[in-house]
Amino acid sequence: MSLSVSANLAASLIAAPIMVPSLAGTLSLIFRRRRRALAAGISIVSSLLQLAIAALLLARALHSPPTPYAMGNWPAPFGIVLVLDQLAAWMLLLTAIVGLAVASHAALTGLDRKGWNFHPIFQFQLLGLNGAFLTGDLFNLFVFFEVLLIASYGLILHGQGARRLTSGVQYIVVNLTGSTLFLIALGILYGVTGTLNMADMAQRGAALVPGDRGLFEAGGLLLIAVFALKAALLPLHLWLPRAYSSAAPAVAALFAIMTKVGAYSIIRTAPLIFGDEAGAILLPAALGTIALGFLGMLAARGLRDMAAFGLIGSTGTLLVAIALFDADGLSAALYYLPHTTIAAAMLFLTVDLVVRWRGMEGDAIVPTPRFAGSALLAFLFLTAGVALAGLPPLSGFLGKLLILDATIATPLAPWIWGTILVTSLLAVVALARAGSTVFWKHDASPPRPEGREAPNLAEALPALFLLAALVALTVLAGPATRLTRSTAAQVLDTPLTLHAVLGEPAPGDAR
Amino acid sequence: MSIEFLIATAIGALTWAGIYLSLRGRTFPVVLGIAMLSYAINLFLFAIGRLKVGAPPIFSEDAATYTDPLPQALVLTAIVISFGMTALIVVLALRSFLETGTDQVDGESDPAIDPLEGDHEEWIARRNAHSLDMIGETRA
Repeated sequence: MSLSVSANLAASLIAAPIMVPSLAGTLSLIFRRRRRALAAGISIVSSLLQLAIAALLLARALHSPPTPYAMGNWPAPFGIVLVLDQLAAWMLLLTAIVGLAVASHAALTGLDRKGWNFHPIFQFQLLGLNGAFLTGDLFNLFVFFEVLLIASYGLILHGQGARRLTSGVQYIVVNLTGSTLFLIALGILYGVTGTLNMADMAQRGAALVPGDRGLFEAGGLLLIAVFALKAALLPLHLWLPRAYSSAAPAVAALFAIMTKVGAYSIIRTAPLIFGDEAGAILLPAALGTIALGFLGMLAARGLRDMAAFGLIGSTGTLLVAIALFDADGLSAALYYLPHTTIAAAMLFLTVDLVVRWRGMEGDAIVPTPRFAGSALLAFLFLTAGVALAGLPPLSGFLGKLLILDATIATPLAPWIWGTILVTSLLAVVALARAGSTVFWKHDASPPRPEGREAPNLAEALPALFLLAALVALTVLAGPATRLTRSTAAQVLDTPLTLHAVLGEPAPGDAR
Repeated sequence: MSIEFLIATAIGALTWAGIYLSLRGRTFPVVLGIAMLSYAINLFLFAIGRLKVGAPPIFSEDAATYTDPLPQALVLTAIVISFGMTALIVVLALRSFLETGTDQVDGESDPAIDPLEGDHEEWIARRNAHSLDMIGETRA
């Protein structure tokens, strides 16, 4: 009896990354007015718990094939399943790391005091992210996308102000249109295959008559367009710089992972729908995205704009590796993905500290009088910049090296190498120029009158935590690349997933 | 005319109106456009289960044939989400209009259509006072 209960509990751990934030969000909603510290505490404890759960799940996923968890015990393809595999666990771990850093940064800097609902919305955002990474059902993916988008609408407006409101309206309009396209794509795919379970859809899609095949691929392309919108791929990137640079920088740090949700969904769905020829459309757009992002960094006049464009550029780099859709490219992408997310989040947190400690210049790239704490900030900015641009010694260098190595055999290799190397140089120039202007040049005017309190150095702890994560990713590059290689092999092994999720091969199409 | 033709035409017309309106420059047409688009999607999702007249979705003792229940559940979810989103964006558009003094989606007021006279902030203050008056009138 007790054995079966504990076995049940162990199986239910797959649902924990969804249950924990939903409970924590509800609890902190109850306490948010009377006991603000308790609400913040719940949020941080929940983020810690999610980190532990994600580590457990990753350890479990390493030694087993994809594990489905049938919600309400309805087996796939009839019920909705969550599927834990190495890719999902890897993304959960990344979400938990960034989530923990941002939650504690918000509590330390008092961002959560600029409105009542920061911590509840934040937990629901994590709920949506975790759910999107775990689900094995396409419509359920849409629902979790909506959960994370609705939470992100709340977070992007957090703190208010006219500029934030205007860009919030634009962000919401763009994403509502994206959701509409998502539903059209889902409708077409369901209409053709008669299923919404991803594994089942792959199986039935492969068995379609040629007449239906075109419609199926049109639905798939529409779906990829939606994910490309979330990932801010070249023609669909226009919403990102303004939205991210006008949101509170700590919120933007969490949103660094939202573009990766798009990238993740492309990894998940494209091979299922298109089989081997998934990447041909993505590659040119991804190359353009890199160029645009890093050129934008060069042109940015504020640190927040710069971080936002850096995020676009690094997501483009990631998508180049994804667009190869072979084991090497995917494993390079999966190593580069956590790196770029953490680096961008760290840059945003650092920029937030610059804005807080520096005074009235905010994040503008102009010289100012010396300010307290600038040495620590200069160090953080330097390391975040090194990571984002992909210089040694941090993991960005290894990630870019892996990506270049994986692309060497493709016909487009000169273009890919040229773009990645030249844009890395652009990023270095942009970051060096901004960093030396903000931290080294001091205008001749006398220091500020001593009215300001000394900055609380503890506020830099979350950014340092992210730096530690980057260092760990660099030092453990050997085990990490072994892990991403086996993850990539698992993702591309569609029959394995089919067997694990659906059990026996399903009987012929019922329609 | 077949029912398929009617439904397809309705979806097409709603989508056309939705796309046109959501590309407009001011928030109110955009909100309407998004509402139109979501109506079109609801019809579309409903139609993907194929159109069958007089067939029950789940169970009936004397039913010869069934219609697909899943799209109906999907439509229900989609309706709930799009309804909530429309409410949110209406409130947000109003708030952003009151704070910035313009209802242009790009946030930059167009002097040709926005009744800006004199000081921008003064205009916003008048605008806010006016809306408070309106709320007072409706309450009274």
